[in-house]
Amino acid sequence: MISLILKRLVLGVLTLWLVATLVFWVSGALPGDAAQSILGQDATPETLAALRSQMGLDQPEIVRYWNWLKGILQGDFGVSLANGTPVNDVIASRLPNSLLLAGLSTLVAIPVSLILGIASAMKPNSVFDRLTTFLSILALSTPSFLIATIIVLVFSVWSGLFPALSNISRVETIGGLFRVMTLPVLALSLSVIGQMARMTRAILITQLQEPYVETAMLKGASRLRATVLHALPNVAGPIVNASALSLNALISGVVFVEVIFAYPGLTKLMVDSVSSRDLPLMQACAVIFCAGFLVLVLIADLIAILANPKLRTE
Amino acid sequence: MTDFETPRLSARDMARMQQTMKRGASRRDVMKMLVASGMTIAAAGYTATRATTALASTPVRGGDLRVAGSSASTAEGLDPSKFRNGTDYSRGFMIYNGLTFLDGDLTPQPELATDWSSSNGTDWTFNLRSGVTFHDGRPFTSEDVVFSILRHKDPETASRARSYVASIQDVVADGEHTVKITLSEPNYDLPVILGTFNLLITPAGTTDFNAGIGTGPYKLEAFEPGVRSVVARNEEYWKDGKQHVDTVEYFGLTDESSRLNALRAGEFHLTTGINPRSTPLIQREENIELFVTQSGTFSDVAMQKTDSTVGSDDFALGIKHLLQRETIQGSIYRDFASIANDQPIAPTMKYHDPSIEQREYDPEKAKFHLERAGVMGQTVPLVASAGIANTLDIALILQQAGQEIGFDIDVQRVPVDGYWSNVWMKVPFGFGTITQRPAADMIFSLCYASDGAYNSSKWENAQFDQMLLQARVETDEDKRAALYSDMQQLVRDEAGTGIPVFFSNIDAHATSLKGLQPIPTGNMMGYAFAENVWIEE
Repeated sequence: MISLILKRLVLGVLTLWLVATLVFWVSGALPGDAAQSILGQDATPETLAALRSQMGLDQPEIVRYWNWLKGILQGDFGVSLANGTPVNDVIASRLPNSLLLAGLSTLVAIPVSLILGIASAMKPNSVFDRLTTFLSILALSTPSFLIATIIVLVFSVWSGLFPALSNISRVETIGGLFRVMTLPVLALSLSVIGQMARMTRAILITQLQEPYVETAMLKGASRLRATVLHALPNVAGPIVNASALSLNALISGVVFVEVIFAYPGLTKLMVDSVSSRDLPLMQACAVIFCAGFLVLVLIADLIAILANPKLRTE
Repeated sequence: MTDFETPRLSARDMARMQQTMKRGASRRDVMKMLVASGMTIAAAGYTATRATTALASTPVRGGDLRVAGSSASTAEGLDPSKFRNGTDYSRGFMIYNGLTFLDGDLTPQPELATDWSSSNGTDWTFNLRSGVTFHDGRPFTSEDVVFSILRHKDPETASRARSYVASIQDVVADGEHTVKITLSEPNYDLPVILGTFNLLITPAGTTDFNAGIGTGPYKLEAFEPGVRSVVARNEEYWKDGKQHVDTVEYFGLTDESSRLNALRAGEFHLTTGINPRSTPLIQREENIELFVTQSGTFSDVAMQKTDSTVGSDDFALGIKHLLQRETIQGSIYRDFASIANDQPIAPTMKYHDPSIEQREYDPEKAKFHLERAGVMGQTVPLVASAGIANTLDIALILQQAGQEIGFDIDVQRVPVDGYWSNVWMKVPFGFGTITQRPAADMIFSLCYASDGAYNSSKWENAQFDQMLLQARVETDEDKRAALYSDMQQLVRDEAGTGIPVFFSNIDAHATSLKGLQPIPTGNMMGYAFAENVWIEE
């Protein structure tokens, strides 16, 4: 298993390097550069040239690429072109917020979706199952920004229960944290829950039709026991892998939550960096999102291995 | 003529009317002007009421003001030379002062300069306020002014205001509190230029602007680009009777519906960038109000004179007659716009000439001109972006009008991303947006002079260029007004830009927020709300 982790790590680093390189060269194909973005309508040839040389944009691409790569190996992502602060500082101020949001949403989404998925798989086509299916599909197919807007309308504008904005900079107590995080976490987990519950149900239902489940029940195991202790471990791998993909959306797919709740996280930072052609920041964000994804997949694989005696002993 | 004094007319309209009558306008001219004003005033009712209530109540001291801007980007900063949108401008007016300040009539008022004079329009003397200190305790002197103006001329500063200060040849200190400015050519609008956003005053020698040291009403406490800023009252401020609120928190919320929802939920007091389509929602709510400022901001459709298809005079006239101004005003802007006449001097601006005949939608004339331009039967591409004001909607209305006379416009949608650097002024037939400039000279030299940086239709007219220079040095107000009138007529008839409407700036605020008065240079009191508003609980 250790060799697997090592192999994954090496592959992971290679993937990160490929992604960052790709971002570097592809972003060169975007129209305009950081200097034009800063000066906008007011650009003159002289000011553009001056700004480009200050930013190092007048150097050949290959030189810039090499400098950037050298920096990364020393853990330095460079300086943001948009405002001149080190990329590491900018990321450091936003990454904890993103992790907090993703973490809390995971804590809500995993248990809820597992319980919903298992319960509906146990009694397929029951009223409960149909209701869960209906709500899951509703949550899945409603655009996320609409879900978030409706949540704000209901829980904030109409009832005044929670703040409409998630002003994390002003939070001082745990209670305050709960108040500002509830709505974004709710908005974010809803679509993930829908997706994960649907997948858990689908995977589990096929498994429940296997003869060994019937045998277990004939031997006197309750339906719950047969499902949770007998069938579930056998499908843990696929469920965890599918969940990892859904959970990844909690890190990189949350731009709508950040925009609607004014939550200072990483995805909005990345969107900003693209529109201001802030290459170093764009690359750092891409590397972080990619790393998050790789870690999730690695964890999913490890869990799948641990849940499978055949793989575990190898 | 007293029966014209209806309460619907603003002071400015009244003044303009009197001016017109003094110039010997006929009764017919005045009637026409009133109609024009009536159209512009559909939205101005709010402005008038707001201004009156503001004057009626006494300011309350204290409270923490929270404001949500319409943009948030890591490219925000506190260096005036890089200021580029309302978020930057708002922070600028919290922290810094200018030499002058442009009031609701766009007239420069004394700010850090107490008075100024010039005998010939070229050599200027500005006397500075004494006893003013920066937030770090340093006294404000003429050296700071020299630094703050001259740095825009240095290409290394990469200032957005570089073209504004092009005619400034030299700025020298004459003692502690006097500055002499020399221009390369006479320009009586210098005090106006010195009141614009990018020319706010920073301490001499500043290299790191993120500390936010200025002479302004509030001191910087916290600033995170793209997230928020917090400022607290500067107790040493030189101006009396202002800075009513204790602190101001400013943050950006790019999504309009979340700005409105959060305002309705009472999360902040003031927000901006309201789409005219959302105004009915705000008018229904009890605890929030609209704040509308008539402005001279416009979107124009440009037809480049250098292009073989769209460059002919007939093509431009055809398109100008094809613009359904009333439809655009009503259906896109919900009447929060005033009808424009294919020239850039808005009714809110000095030297606007209401006697110039209003061009109307006229499909017959449009067809006549387009036929003469030889484009009937061809498909002409028109580039528009949904992200540039409401230009895509205007393009679609134009396309529709074209279809009715058998003229085919192919609306090509492009993303807003990179629009200003790659599309604007590059495509032969496309849209631009020009925000209100405080002086007629500024907008004419920028957008219609042959060498103007924003001459988007590549229009070259020697007569216009000559009149522009003449007006700049003309000291006789009447002659100057006459020159500007002729220039408006010339642009309306010959330039390659169709200007359908001037749109209003729409903000929304909690009813508890008082003291806002319209200043046409931008939203939220020309972004100078911070020191002027108060919260009445």
